[in-house]
Amino acid sequence: MRSELDLELVSLTKRYGDTVAVDAITHLFHAGTYACLLGPSGCGKSSTLRMIAGHESVTDGAILLGGRDISRLQPALRGTAMMFQSYALFPHLTVAENVAFGPRMRGVDAKTRARRAAEMLDLVEMTALSDRLPAQLSGGQQQRVALARALITEPQILLLDEPLSALDPFLRVRMRAELRKLQRKLQITFIHVTHGQDEALALADEIVVMNDAKIEQAGPTRDVFEAPATAFVARFLGSHNVIALPQGQIAIRADELRLRPAEGARLQGRITAVEYQGTHVALTASVAGNQDVTALLTDKDFFGAPKDVGEAVGLDWDARAARALEA
Amino acid sequence: MTDQTLASPDTATALSTPPAKAGQSRHLTGWLLATPLVLILAAFLVLPILMIGVVSFWGTTEFSIYPAFQLDNYAFLFGSDVTYRVFFNTVKYAVITWIFTLLIGFTVAYFLAFHVRSLNWQIALFLLCTIPFWTSNIIRMISWIPFLGRNGLANSTLMSWGVIDAPLEWLLFSDFSVILAFVHLYTLFMVVPIFNTMMRIDRSLLEAAADAGATGWQTLWHVIVPLTKPGIMIGSIFVITLVMGDFITVRFMSGSQSANVGRLISNDIALLQYPSASATAVILLITVLMVIGILLRFVDILKEL
Repeated sequence: MRSELDLELVSLTKRYGDTVAVDAITHLFHAGTYACLLGPSGCGKSSTLRMIAGHESVTDGAILLGGRDISRLQPALRGTAMMFQSYALFPHLTVAENVAFGPRMRGVDAKTRARRAAEMLDLVEMTALSDRLPAQLSGGQQQRVALARALITEPQILLLDEPLSALDPFLRVRMRAELRKLQRKLQITFIHVTHGQDEALALADEIVVMNDAKIEQAGPTRDVFEAPATAFVARFLGSHNVIALPQGQIAIRADELRLRPAEGARLQGRITAVEYQGTHVALTASVAGNQDVTALLTDKDFFGAPKDVGEAVGLDWDARAARALEA
Repeated sequence: MTDQTLASPDTATALSTPPAKAGQSRHLTGWLLATPLVLILAAFLVLPILMIGVVSFWGTTEFSIYPAFQLDNYAFLFGSDVTYRVFFNTVKYAVITWIFTLLIGFTVAYFLAFHVRSLNWQIALFLLCTIPFWTSNIIRMISWIPFLGRNGLANSTLMSWGVIDAPLEWLLFSDFSVILAFVHLYTLFMVVPIFNTMMRIDRSLLEAAADAGATGWQTLWHVIVPLTKPGIMIGSIFVITLVMGDFITVRFMSGSQSANVGRLISNDIALLQYPSASATAVILLITVLMVIGILLRFVDILKEL
């Protein structure tokens, strides 16, 4: 279903001299989705985001929003707003002044912009600290202010550049829940760049996995996780084993593997590590071709028939659980 | 409240309650470490200033100086309208030089910090700015004379272009040449601190400003200038104190036709009128300190360093 506010990248390319940072990617972001651009550092995901925002020039291709090409417009005229990795709050302005910065630059009168800023601060629950300077705030609080500052311009698309990477793990989990809640409330498109697969799985309606300047796979989060198309995607999303079999490479989820006596199992191997993880036990075995395969067993299954390092073991799976990978 | 306010009392108590003995010895080490600098400053800064202060109250006859405590020197200084004219001139030089060095210095620093992308080029261009400092002030100053003179390069070039018919008289030995030399000599003192503060501005702030819809000028005025204030203040203090304390530039470039406070003092010294020179120096020092005091009201430099 296409809508007015869909964002479409059409063979978008970014070259720095001879290096290709983004190689002719084409993708459609549906309006109102929470999308994650996921990939290892240097894969081009940040360049893609910065091109959408207008902070990086487009070498080739187009960015369409609501049917018009925005790829050569000023950042503020695109209908996008960006939240920076370092938050980029103005250190000399108070929280309220930071949030009201955009309207002030556009010449909105003082009263109106103060009211709008107060509304935004209320949205991110920062009203009580509106007179503080950024240096007097914690990382999580700074992030809320940066969010409010981005949202005051009423963007159709909010671009988030690794927004959680500067936070400690506990705060990261809390802030990601709040981001999700905020996106549901505002019903605008969020495009979130991250290299953390857990973050992407937890937040996104749709993930776009990038590698080596190209889109490796894109689609609804569960579809991608359930059916990784390439070995890279399977490995990057984690919880998958990529196994080379005579009939080709397959991806199989670690929790789909079952232990069997060695004879008659699809794979035979020797246990190299057993790691207790509380509710689960991760058991790593070395199988034919010197491949490491990890099986994730529930603690009940494992301790029902405990195994030890060095024991021979057979691994088996349901035929439907195996996903054939593209070469 | 914030996690910071929660954390700070604990850290504060943890730091302030080491065992008493260790605290004492740390106290002692601190004082010992500070002693050499204190001694040097006392001998070479505080003592001479005190001496100037004391001598400024001494008395003079035609042929001698005698220790005394009298206000004659100050009374003469404040009673003479030469003093007021010369102080006015000094302040005029300082203000005009400050305006030009600020405008030029800010522009150069801005270009170096934001338009020169590669660090190597930044370093190269920055070093280029310092090359004139490989020669002395006097030589740089005097090199203007053949350029600006009645039959100098500037006049002959302008005449050959037909811009003027007769040589411009005000190019050399005038307030123009004095201020030109000051600006030439001291602009770098403005460039360096401003460049330093500019280099510490997070580049994503400029992108954030553009994202919020600020134009280039708005970003300059609302983001870059406020964040560069400490550098501007440090540069301003350099330039203003250097110009107000100068006497040689004014003498050479005005052809001894203009005076500032520095020349007043140097003339007194040449006539061995030390008490009178000291009194003028004390008043100049107080004036300069007042100007710096006013500047510091605008920016808390200690906080920014």
